[in-house]
Amino acid sequence: MDIQRLVSMANQIGDFYESYPDQSQAQHGIAEHINRFWALVMRQQIAHYVAEQGGTGLHEQVQKAISAHLKI
Amino acid sequence: MDDIKYSNTHHQHEHSRTNYDDQLDYGTPASQSDVQVTLTIDDREITVPEGTSIMRASILAGINVPKLCATDSLEPFGSCRLCVVEIEGRRGYPASCTTPVAEGLKVSTQTPKLADIRRGTMELYISDHPLDCLTCATNGDCELQDMAGAVGLREVRYGYEGENHLKAEKDESNPYFTFDPSKCIVCSRCVRACEETQGTYALTISGRGFESKVAAGINNFLDSECVSCGACVQACPTATLIEKTVIDHGVPEHSVTTTCAYCGVGCSFNAEMKGEEVIRMVPNKNGSANHGHSCVKGRFAWGYATHQDRITTPMIRKSIHDEWRIVSWDEAINYAASEIKRIEAKYGKDAMGGITSSRCTNEEVYVTQKLVRAVFGTNNVDTCARVCHSPTGYGLKKTIGESAGTQTFDSVMKADVIMIIGANPTVGHPVFASQMKRRLREGAKLIIADPRAIDLVDNSPHIVTDYHLNLRPGTNVALISALAHVVVTEGLVKEDFVKERCEWDSFVLWRDFVAKPENSPEALADELGVDPVLIRDAARLFATGGNGAIYYGLGVTEHSQGSTMVMGIANLAMATGNVGREGVGINPLRGQNNVQGSCDMGSMPHEYPGYRHVSDPAAKALFEAAWGRPLSDEPGLRIPNMLDLAGEGRFKALYCVGEDIAQSDPNTQHVTHALESMECVIVQDLFLNETAMFAHVFFPGASFLEKCGTFTNAERRISPVRRVMTPKNNVDGQGYEDWEITAMLSKALGYEMNYRHASEIMDEIAALTPTFKGVSFNKLDELGSIQWPCNDECPTGTPTMHIDGFVRGKGKFFITQYVPTTEKVNAKYPLILTTGRILSQYNVGAQTRRTKNVEWHHEDVVEIHPHDAQERGVKDGDWIGIVSRAGETVLRATLTERVQPGVIYTTFHHPASGANVITTENSDWATNCPEFKVTAVQVTRVNQLSDWQLHYKTFSEAQLAFAGRDLEAAKID
Repeated sequence: MDIQRLVSMANQIGDFYESYPDQSQAQHGIAEHINRFWALVMRQQIAHYVAEQGGTGLHEQVQKAISAHLKI
Repeated sequence: MDDIKYSNTHHQHEHSRTNYDDQLDYGTPASQSDVQVTLTIDDREITVPEGTSIMRASILAGINVPKLCATDSLEPFGSCRLCVVEIEGRRGYPASCTTPVAEGLKVSTQTPKLADIRRGTMELYISDHPLDCLTCATNGDCELQDMAGAVGLREVRYGYEGENHLKAEKDESNPYFTFDPSKCIVCSRCVRACEETQGTYALTISGRGFESKVAAGINNFLDSECVSCGACVQACPTATLIEKTVIDHGVPEHSVTTTCAYCGVGCSFNAEMKGEEVIRMVPNKNGSANHGHSCVKGRFAWGYATHQDRITTPMIRKSIHDEWRIVSWDEAINYAASEIKRIEAKYGKDAMGGITSSRCTNEEVYVTQKLVRAVFGTNNVDTCARVCHSPTGYGLKKTIGESAGTQTFDSVMKADVIMIIGANPTVGHPVFASQMKRRLREGAKLIIADPRAIDLVDNSPHIVTDYHLNLRPGTNVALISALAHVVVTEGLVKEDFVKERCEWDSFVLWRDFVAKPENSPEALADELGVDPVLIRDAARLFATGGNGAIYYGLGVTEHSQGSTMVMGIANLAMATGNVGREGVGINPLRGQNNVQGSCDMGSMPHEYPGYRHVSDPAAKALFEAAWGRPLSDEPGLRIPNMLDLAGEGRFKALYCVGEDIAQSDPNTQHVTHALESMECVIVQDLFLNETAMFAHVFFPGASFLEKCGTFTNAERRISPVRRVMTPKNNVDGQGYEDWEITAMLSKALGYEMNYRHASEIMDEIAALTPTFKGVSFNKLDELGSIQWPCNDECPTGTPTMHIDGFVRGKGKFFITQYVPTTEKVNAKYPLILTTGRILSQYNVGAQTRRTKNVEWHHEDVVEIHPHDAQERGVKDGDWIGIVSRAGETVLRATLTERVQPGVIYTTFHHPASGANVITTENSDWATNCPEFKVTAVQVTRVNQLSDWQLHYKTFSEAQLAFAGRDLEAAKID
């Protein structure tokens, strides 16, 4: 899929959790959401984008969430 | 207060004493009083609730008092004088309909004097009535005729030569019913039905004395305010207001109770038949969702089922640029199966998927998702709730634990403050809107949050909107935070409720968040474009005004923050203690008939029936055992994901049942590119819809009149759909219900689904889904309808949810940070387009465009504020080009102040309008529900169609020709 679309979808999820005072909880929330609702092919693509291409354009918390908690 | 329409309790009350016949007309509504009164009528003693009319008491006692102007759906009027009685110790001859019972009364309904009065009254009626009973359309079904017989009228001493109304002209302007004033007895039942039942007040009695006549506006019915709901036709005791189909075909000979296939109200109807032909659809008086009321769609717009555009033979083709080849069912099924096998071998299981529709029955959705999961071997199955209410499912599951509305429709009759957010009930859910309007006329307060002045704001008689918060499109979450800010900072939280029923920690987080100064109405005023004083007053009213009920629609969900807003609504309802009893609640108004059901049935790619995630090992094991196939624990693709991947050549086969993504989904050109990129698109539908123009296999489906199954409406009410005619797709001498087609495809793919009847599918659903455990077709026959959860604890269903505790245990608050949409206005795209619906048309219009409803709405138009129009030199009726980042289309402009400056509005009922050519793929963060309600656009005056529309015209005409359709006959607007 167009990686920019996945980046903006992931950032939108990040936006929802941005106001959470506990940012570690927020990271778990972001990753859990992606794990539960994104098909494997989409998760693999965004994980690859973060691991191999630096994840440009992804919000910091989203990037951390993907690196740390994504099921791929 | 006519409780016969809103509460069954008193029926049972009365039932316990008498043989209550739910088809009988008791003349006046039931009383709701708990106080019992005993009286004697014709020497029979009867006990009834205080406030009951003598007429109703008599009929309950089995004594039929003659009547004409009384019917139990309307308040008594006392005009016809046929129902007069004598009461011991009282003078005169009071009308039994308007005289309430009293303790110890002794009433006589049959005396020589009463017979004399009744005959005299009847004689006057008949002296000015045509004596054409034998050739009259209601011969045998006419209350006037019955009463003439009942009172023993034998002669009319006045003669018929005097001044009369027999030559009064008929009004045939309404496409579905005729008004023949020569047969009118001016009983006012139609006028009262229009007021009390429908709440439109389109009819009146004009003139006085002999000149009195029923009038619809100045000209005729069609030009009047009449919304063609049929309530007047239903109420008319003579042939004055009657369906044209009855005039044409005569009185029906049998009747089958079924459920309307239009909106999420899910009205119960009696399909009145002659053999296999529907003569009329009559709203079922005992339907728990509609209580005998209807709208122009369900009541009249069913002719599409026999429209000549119906495709009734299976068709296949190699390429979408080829002509269709009509084939046998066997050949079509085997071809489809071979293509699926070929694509699986070449591209893998995950390159395939299915889409179901909210227009499918529960049973059809269930077998389709079963086919995709168990036979295709992937969880790539989605439903059109993706593009409407998926945020409701997500947001309510997170906060209160169940992806469904909390109430019954009847609950609105106990609401004190009604808040409507992003919904337009009078056009989207008209029958429920009539009930809501009735409650509003009784004095409930009304808060409306909508960018546009919907009919309830400024166009509904005797309805006063206390606060219209006309926010800018896209700012819902800011509004809900501002409302919550007032509740929290002004000490209006129901803390006892929150402490007992909700997770306190989550409440504290939320409370501290909304209390921040940046969430105050004043701080958000510029963003919202709403006076902060109004927001404060509205919040105070909602929190302190008694029972507060929130009703919302797609104006909440179809945003980039749709799910956040649903959670925000749940937060507000919990904080104000407005969940868990009648009169309150979180009420998503579902667009289509089976949005709730299609979600319940596991048609979302991440969850099985009953909302169990595919990664849940117990759920997976349960379904693997039941279906005997290994299942994937990976969430599948959602519709927009399927389309994105298809466009890239990575998603190749789609089985699309009853859904029309090429018209209903955003960014049409993106959708059609995706469809063109697939190798096997199988469409199962009644018509060659927009998606079918890109298909390789066409399975002709069966209309709701041709199959058995169930629909689940917005109040979780499962209602039976019953077959009243043979499916039209009977090429092999046998028609197939849609679930049978899916089962045939499954069998051709090597997996047998051995159901003999739709009821066996429901039995399987019940066996595998805890909330449906007690549901069966037999129980539906017995109870009429069932609101899930229905199980051992609640064997007859659950009208109100979360009474003693939330389904998830404790209610959970979520922080709802407002994030402005990325779809922003700028110099190039300075206006916001928002989309919606109209009363007479339904969704993509595939059904309603093939009925006479087009007389009310034959094209989609754009509403634009006169200020914006003037700036662009646009006059009413001009063609305007609407350009967005996604595309361009051309529609006719209509100037109105219902939209605010900076906002334009249109509907999407006609494919050639291309409303979705301009909507973008922006979507809700949690569910990918498209942001249909906010598109930045520019408009200019133009004098020709857009390139897309010109292409569409050529393409669709070619596609119709490929299917051998007569272009003129199959004219597609």
